[in-house]
Amino acid sequence: MKAAVIVFPGSNCDTDCAHALSDIMKMRVEFVWHKESTLPDVDLVVLPGGFSYGDYLRTGAIARFSPVMQAVAKHADDGRPLIGICNGFQVLLEAGLLPGAMLRNRSISFVCKHVWVRVEDTDTVFTRKIDKGATLSIPIAHGEGNYTCDDDTFNRLQDESRIVFRYASKNGETDDQHNPNGSRDHIAGIINEKRNVLGMMPHPERASETILSSPDGRGIWESLL
Amino acid sequence: MYKATINVTLKKSVLDPQGKTVLHALGTLGFEEAKDIRVGKFFEVTLDAASPEKAESRIRDMCDRLLTNPVIEDYSFDLKKS
Repeated sequence: MKAAVIVFPGSNCDTDCAHALSDIMKMRVEFVWHKESTLPDVDLVVLPGGFSYGDYLRTGAIARFSPVMQAVAKHADDGRPLIGICNGFQVLLEAGLLPGAMLRNRSISFVCKHVWVRVEDTDTVFTRKIDKGATLSIPIAHGEGNYTCDDDTFNRLQDESRIVFRYASKNGETDDQHNPNGSRDHIAGIINEKRNVLGMMPHPERASETILSSPDGRGIWESLL
Repeated sequence: MYKATINVTLKKSVLDPQGKTVLHALGTLGFEEAKDIRVGKFFEVTLDAASPEKAESRIRDMCDRLLTNPVIEDYSFDLKKS
C-alpha cells in the first residue's frame, strides 16, 4: 500500500500522518509538495491538518487552488481513497469535493482535546474493519470545526448514509454536551457520493498507538489495507 | 481604474458564533440596546477594467470563486471610478 501526504505551506500534521502510515502501518509514504502538478502512483492520498496559508481568508480557501489539487481531484475522480483530516477536511469543503462548510466553533475558542467519536457507517473503505456504533477516542484540535450545510444537503447525507462519524459520549450518546464545536447534528466526518473521499475533524494519526494514549484511530488505516 | 468595496456577511440562515459572542460582550459593557450582531468581512479591490460593466462582472467572478464561500456567505458591493 502506497500513500501520498500532501504538504501545503502551513501544514503541521504531515509528519504525524507519515509516521502513523509508515512506521506503524508499514505503508510506503511520500510527501508531495503543493506546487507539484502530478502525484506519484499511490493508492491513498492524505490532506493533513494544519493551517495552510495561515488560514487566510477562510480555512482551506487558498490551499484548494494549489497546483497539486487538480491531481488530487483526479485521484478522487478515479475512485481512489482520499482522506482530509482537520484542515484537510476544510480544504475538501472549499474545493467542493465534499458538501457544506465550516463555521467558527460555537465557543469561538480553539478546542484541543480527546473526544469520543461514534462510528455511524462501516460501508466505506475507511471504516469497513470497525464495528458500527463503536466509539473511538480521537483528539481534535481546531477553531473552525462547526460543520454546517443546508437542509437539502443534510437530508441527502443522512439518506445516503454519508455521515461517517458523530461526536458522542463514551457510551455513544449524542448530545450538545459532547459536541465540542456545535456542528450540525454532531457531525464529525462525512464521505462523498462515491464513498472514496472522507473528511473528518478528529485526528486519527494522533491516536494510532497506545503510547499516544489511544490506538483507536488505527482502525481507519487498517480498513484501508 | 475602479474601486470596489465589497461587504461579505454570513447568510441569514447561518448561525454566527462570533456575532453572538460580541453581542454578549457588548451586553456586559452596558450596551443593552444592541439586539443582534452579525460579523462580516470587508474588501477593497482596485482594478483595471474597460467599462463599469466589465469591472462589475469581474468583481462578481472574484466573489464567487474566491472572496466568498457561497455555501455560507452573501455579498454586496459598490463600484466607483477612481
